[in-house]
Amino acid sequence: MLNFINALPGAISQGLIWGIMAIGVYITYKLLDIADLTVDGSFCTGAAAFVMLFTNGVNLWLAMLAALAVGMLAGLVTGILHTFCGIPAILSGILTQLGLWSINLAIMDMKSTVAINVTNNEFLDKLLVSLRFVQDVAKGARPFYRHPILVVGLFSIALIAVLYWFFGTELGCALRATGSNQNMARAQGINTDFTKVLGLMLSNGLVALSGALLAQFQSASEINMGRGAIVIGLASVIIGQVLFSRIFHNFALKLLAVSIGAILYYIVIQAVLAMGLNANYLKLLSALVVAIFLSIPYWKGKYLRPAVKTGGARHA
Amino acid sequence: MLEIKEIWKTFNAGTVNEKQALRGVSLTLNDGDFCTVIGGNGAGKSTMLNAVAGTWPVDSGSISIGGTNVTHLPEYKRAPYIGRVFQDPMLGTAPTMQILENLALAARRGQRRGLSWGVTKAEKTRYQEMLQKLDLGLEDRLTSKVGLLSGGQRQALTLLMASLQKPKLLLLDEHTAALDPKTAAKVLELSDRIVAESHLTTMMVTHNMKDAIAHGNRLIMMYDGRIVIDVSGEEKKKLTVPQLLELFSKVSGSDEADDKLLLS
Repeated sequence: MLNFINALPGAISQGLIWGIMAIGVYITYKLLDIADLTVDGSFCTGAAAFVMLFTNGVNLWLAMLAALAVGMLAGLVTGILHTFCGIPAILSGILTQLGLWSINLAIMDMKSTVAINVTNNEFLDKLLVSLRFVQDVAKGARPFYRHPILVVGLFSIALIAVLYWFFGTELGCALRATGSNQNMARAQGINTDFTKVLGLMLSNGLVALSGALLAQFQSASEINMGRGAIVIGLASVIIGQVLFSRIFHNFALKLLAVSIGAILYYIVIQAVLAMGLNANYLKLLSALVVAIFLSIPYWKGKYLRPAVKTGGARHA
Repeated sequence: MLEIKEIWKTFNAGTVNEKQALRGVSLTLNDGDFCTVIGGNGAGKSTMLNAVAGTWPVDSGSISIGGTNVTHLPEYKRAPYIGRVFQDPMLGTAPTMQILENLALAARRGQRRGLSWGVTKAEKTRYQEMLQKLDLGLEDRLTSKVGLLSGGQRQALTLLMASLQKPKLLLLDEHTAALDPKTAAKVLELSDRIVAESHLTTMMVTHNMKDAIAHGNRLIMMYDGRIVIDVSGEEKKKLTVPQLLELFSKVSGSDEADDKLLLS
């Protein structure tokens, strides 16, 4: 129990970081109605790009901007495969994801792990977030405002504010209309191919940014770090929706719900680990949880229909 | 306003399902014409409308709207000229978006969409007044999701959306076919009003011969991918359903389609 409580701040921080990735998934899955599997690759691309640049002395914010850019590039590739080449969205995502595995390795100089040297205090101080900061703040070695929960929390709120603004603009509305009804969107003169590509770029940009943050948090970028990211993203989206859909109607609050969903997901994972589950079973557990939550709406419709009159008087 | 020249379209070419849907259709509509289109199932009515709207490219022929050749433009680039209402009430609106947002999207039909607000305050009051005129109680539900509306309400909203940004051409594709008779009559009346108010050039596909005769100033009948009857002006005003049927059997050389037209 004590273990669990001690690990909680770390779990919440990590949940917040994955929450940014989940918001990216929300954009494709919920707003565009596309299940985009690129994220499993682009998450690591963001991390790899960030770590390579940062360890070579590039400014932190520039390196994060670069992570955002490479993520958007990955989204662009998936978007072009889907719209210009006519490949189904899921398959386009899988293809990009597969290709990215090699690219990610190439970015990391063909090494499966590249670490940020955090024993060097000069490097560590420059980082935006790190698991070490959690302990440092608790010990009083660092000011409270360096705590990852506060930093990533504020970062997430800023991102949500920007997204809230964007999806309220004409362009953002066009993107939402594309996901809601493509026929209608085209009849209103919206180039749906363009809006889809834009949505995929935006989504993967956020995913890569989240990867860059996680690389800082765990002070390394690792080739497998994005594996299963789409499932974590979907889990966060669904948990957020199940818990908050009745009270959160505003778009910004819906994004916040996704972020909270990711935090809850990591708290649950932490709790299961504290109960002694072998960490290697985590992926199976995640897959099961998401499968069940995705099935619930279907089962509800099939078996729990509202009572209606059937049969009645027969004339024939 | 609309000039269709010899358009041909074959679906599933080279397969057993090959279907010549349009076989050299030519039609010219003048500014302000309200043309009704009738014909049996598979006669090519909706296909002609989709060809004009640009759902897919035609095999040959040309289409121009208001003097602009649109034959090779994709659907979304023809949108500035065309307002549309579909047969399926689900097709014309974005169900997960608010009534207000749907109207705002339609008000920007064919314009560049940038980073200014998607819905402005001034628009809100304007739409409220317009919805009040529809008399469907929608003016108090501006922020409701369109997915919650009935089929009739959606078609009325789609009509309003199609006319918000005055189109050069209004395409109504059996837009009352999925509604109950009472609602259908109401939506049809609304269509008449909107067309008259904005003096819109209109093509309306219908299955109902009486409606086809009662509305508009011109009537065309399609059969087997061609326009076989074209009446307008005084001649159309005097037209009756039996006369139309007689005309049709003369042109098509059979009366097998009578049932199709009458029963559907």
